[in-house]
Amino acid sequence: MLEMSGISKRFPGVTALDSVKLSAGRGEVVALVGENGAGKSTLMKILAGIYRPDSGTIHFHGKPVSIRSPRESSQLGIGIIHQELEVIDTLDVAANIFLGREPTWAGALKLVDRPRINSQARQVLARVGMAIAPEALLRTLSTAQRQLVEIARALSQNAELLIMDEPTSSLTLSETERLMHVVADLRSNGVSIVYISHRLDEVERLADRVVVLRDGRNAGELRRGEITKERMVQLMVGRDLKAFFTEPAETRGDVCLELRGLRTERYAAQPISLSLRAGEILGLAGLIGAGRSELAQTVFGIDASMGGEVLLDGALLNIRSPQDAIRHGIYLVPEDRRNCGLLTGMSVRENITLPNLSRFSAGGWVSRPRELAGAEAACAELKIKAASVEVAAASLSGGNQQKIVLAKWLSLKPRVILFDEPTRGIDVGAKAEIYQLMRRLAAEGVAILMISSDMEEILGNSDRVAVMHEGRVTGVLQRSDCTQEAIMQLAVA
Amino acid sequence: MRKELGILSLLAVLCILVAALNPQFLSSANIQNTTRLIGTYGIFSIGVGIVIVTGGIDLSVGSMFALLGVLLSLMLTQWHWPPLVAVAVVLILGALLGGIHGLLITRLGLQPFLVTLCGLLLYRGLARYIAADVVQGFGAGTGFEWLRDFTTGSIGQVPMPFVLMMIVAVVMWVLLHRSVYGRYLFAVGRNEEAARYSGINSRNVIASAYVISGSLAAVAAILLAFYTNSVSPSSHGNFYELYAIAAAVLGGCSLRGGEGSIIGIVAGTALLQVLRNLVNLLDIPSSLDFAVMGAVILIGVIVDQVLRPKRK
Repeated sequence: MLEMSGISKRFPGVTALDSVKLSAGRGEVVALVGENGAGKSTLMKILAGIYRPDSGTIHFHGKPVSIRSPRESSQLGIGIIHQELEVIDTLDVAANIFLGREPTWAGALKLVDRPRINSQARQVLARVGMAIAPEALLRTLSTAQRQLVEIARALSQNAELLIMDEPTSSLTLSETERLMHVVADLRSNGVSIVYISHRLDEVERLADRVVVLRDGRNAGELRRGEITKERMVQLMVGRDLKAFFTEPAETRGDVCLELRGLRTERYAAQPISLSLRAGEILGLAGLIGAGRSELAQTVFGIDASMGGEVLLDGALLNIRSPQDAIRHGIYLVPEDRRNCGLLTGMSVRENITLPNLSRFSAGGWVSRPRELAGAEAACAELKIKAASVEVAAASLSGGNQQKIVLAKWLSLKPRVILFDEPTRGIDVGAKAEIYQLMRRLAAEGVAILMISSDMEEILGNSDRVAVMHEGRVTGVLQRSDCTQEAIMQLAVA
Repeated sequence: MRKELGILSLLAVLCILVAALNPQFLSSANIQNTTRLIGTYGIFSIGVGIVIVTGGIDLSVGSMFALLGVLLSLMLTQWHWPPLVAVAVVLILGALLGGIHGLLITRLGLQPFLVTLCGLLLYRGLARYIAADVVQGFGAGTGFEWLRDFTTGSIGQVPMPFVLMMIVAVVMWVLLHRSVYGRYLFAVGRNEEAARYSGINSRNVIASAYVISGSLAAVAAILLAFYTNSVSPSSHGNFYELYAIAAAVLGGCSLRGGEGSIIGIVAGTALLQVLRNLVNLLDIPSSLDFAVMGAVILIGVIVDQVLRPKRK
C-alpha cells in the first residue's frame, strides 16, 4: 500500500534522513522505532505533507505520488495522529471530527447540518469502539478519549493508512490496553498502521514488522518472530562514540544536592530520591515524558513541590520560587531556550545581566559601563559570537544562545546547575564547547545534573547515570556499568 | 529611539502647520492652556504606559478621576478636612485601587483588561452614588485656597501640572530606563515566563506597575478636578483611559508589552493635545474632535507598520 524509498532530507547543517525506505502493506502494523533524533518525526512529516523530501519516491497504492500539503496527504487517505493532539477543546466531538469538512444543508448559506454531522460522527466513533455522545465537549474527555476522537477523524476521511506518533506516551496502562485493541481491530478491517513508539513492549506485542532508524538511516528490519526488545535496542543504539566527549572527574566531593522523596506535580504519586555530589556530572536519561524536566523544574522552584525534601550540603531548603533556588546557588538551564531560557527580543547584554543586575548597579541604578563590561567579559569568556552585545538574542545561533543562558548564571557562583537538554538543536562544534564548559564547572566543584535524550551525550559526559521511567528513577548506573543497552532497558522498564 | 524621533518630528510638523494656519496657536494663553492639559494628561498616561510595558492594560483611570474627584470635593467642601489630609487620602486611595488591580491580576490570574474594565464600571457607579449624581464643585475654595492656587497656578509662565509632569517624567524615566526595577518591567513584559526562569518575581513586578498607574492617576485626579473646578460624576474623566492608551501606543509602547519609553509617552500625549487644539483653532466642528484623533492615530500606526524593518 505504502512504499517509500530513497527518501533523503537535509536541513541546514544536518542530514535528517539519508536514503530511507519504509513500506506498509494492507492491514499491516509497521512499528517505526529509533532514538530521539533518529529521523522518525521527519519521515512522518514528509508523509504528512509538512516537509518535502530532497530526493526519493513515494508510492501509494502502487502509484507514484507527491505530497505537497497536509490536505493532499489526507486526500490520499493518510491519517496522522500526532503526539500533541490537534483537537479543539471548546468544540464538541462531532465538530472536531468534521472540522473543515462539515456536512451542510442545501442552500447558499452553508448552514451546518447538525443531525447529519452527529449521526455520521456516531458511526465513525463506533468504529473506534467509543461510546460517547457526539455532543460531548472535547475538554471534558480524557487524553485517551481525545486520541480516539483524532483516530475517528482520520477514519471519517477514509484513511487507509494511519500514522500514530507515540500514541501511548500520555496514556495510563488500561487506556493503552484499549488502544491496543482499537489498533488490532483497525488492522483486521484492512487499515494499515505505522506505529511510532518508544515503548518496546507494546511494539513487541503489536507489530507485524519493525523498522529501526538510526541517525537518519535504516538500521535494520525485524519480522514477526524476530521481534524482541533486545534485538530492537541493539539495532537502535549500535554505533561508535565520538571523540569529543569529556573525561570523567578524578575526584568527587561530598553530596551537594540531595532529593528525598521529592514529588512533582505531574507524577505526584512517585517520590524521587537522588543525590548529586559536588564535582560530578550526573546524567539523567529516560524517554520523553519520563518526568525528568518536571523534576528539574520542581527543584528550581518553577513547579510547586508536592512533597519531599531538597537538601543542599545537608541543610533542608524551602524552595518555593526560582528566587529561592537562585539564592542558594541552584540554577536551571531550561529545555525551552527560546521561551524560558532567554528573552529573545532583548539584547545579549540585557539577557546576560538579568539575573544579577544588582552586581552591575548601585542603589537600584544600573551602571551602563559596568553592565557593558560584565556582558562583554562573559561573551569573551564563553566565546559567544555576536556582532555586539547590543544585538537581540534572537539573532544568534542556537549554540551561542545557549551560552548566553549559561553566562547568566556563571557570574553568580553556582553550586548546582541543572541542564535540561543542554545541546538540543546545537551544532557539533558548540556542543563540544558546552561539554568542556560543563566539565570545567564540575572541576571547580559545581554539581551538575544533565538531563538528556541524546544517548551519546549521556554516555560521553556522565560520571553516573540515573534513568527515569514514568516518574520513577528505575536505576542509577556507575560510569563503568553504563552501556546504551543497560540505559535503554531501564528507560523502557 | 526611532519611534520617539518619529513622533517628535510629527509633533513638530503639526505645531508648525497649526501655527501657520492660525497664529493664535502661539499666543501665550493658548500655549499655557495646552501645556496645562499636556501636564495633567501626561501624568496619568505615564502610569498607564508603565502598565502597558508589562504587557497589561489599565482601563480604570477615567472612572478613578470621577470617584477621586467627587471624594476630594466632599472632603474639602462638606467635611472640611484639612487639604493635606484630603490630598493624602486621594493619593493613598489611588495607590490602593491600583494595588487591588495588581493583586487580582497576579494572584488570581485574571486578565488585566477584565479587572480594569470592572474598575471602570465600578468606580463610575460609586462616584455617581456617593455624589447622588449631583455635580460637585469647590465653591469659593474657603479653607483650601492654597491647594487650588497651587494646582491651577504656574511657576513663571509654566503651568503647575506641566511642571509636575516634568518631575514625574524625569523620575519615571530614571526608574524605567536606568534602574534594575525598570529592566524587570521590560523583562516581564517581553516574556513573563523567561523572566521567572531568570529569578525575577514577575508577579510583584507586574502588580507594582498597577500601583504606579493608580498613584499617578490620583495625582492627575486632583489636578483635573481643580482644572475643571467641578466634577460631574457621570461624565468627568470619560474616555480618559483611552487618551492614555493612545498616547502610549503613539509613543511607541507595544500593547504586547516589553516596549515603550517615557519620552515617547509624553510626546504622544502632547500630540493628542495639539490635535485637540487644532480642531479648536482651525474651526473644525468640535464634534469631529474624536474623528480627527482617530484618523491621525490610525495613519500614524499604518505608517509605522509600513516603515518597520521587515523581519524574517
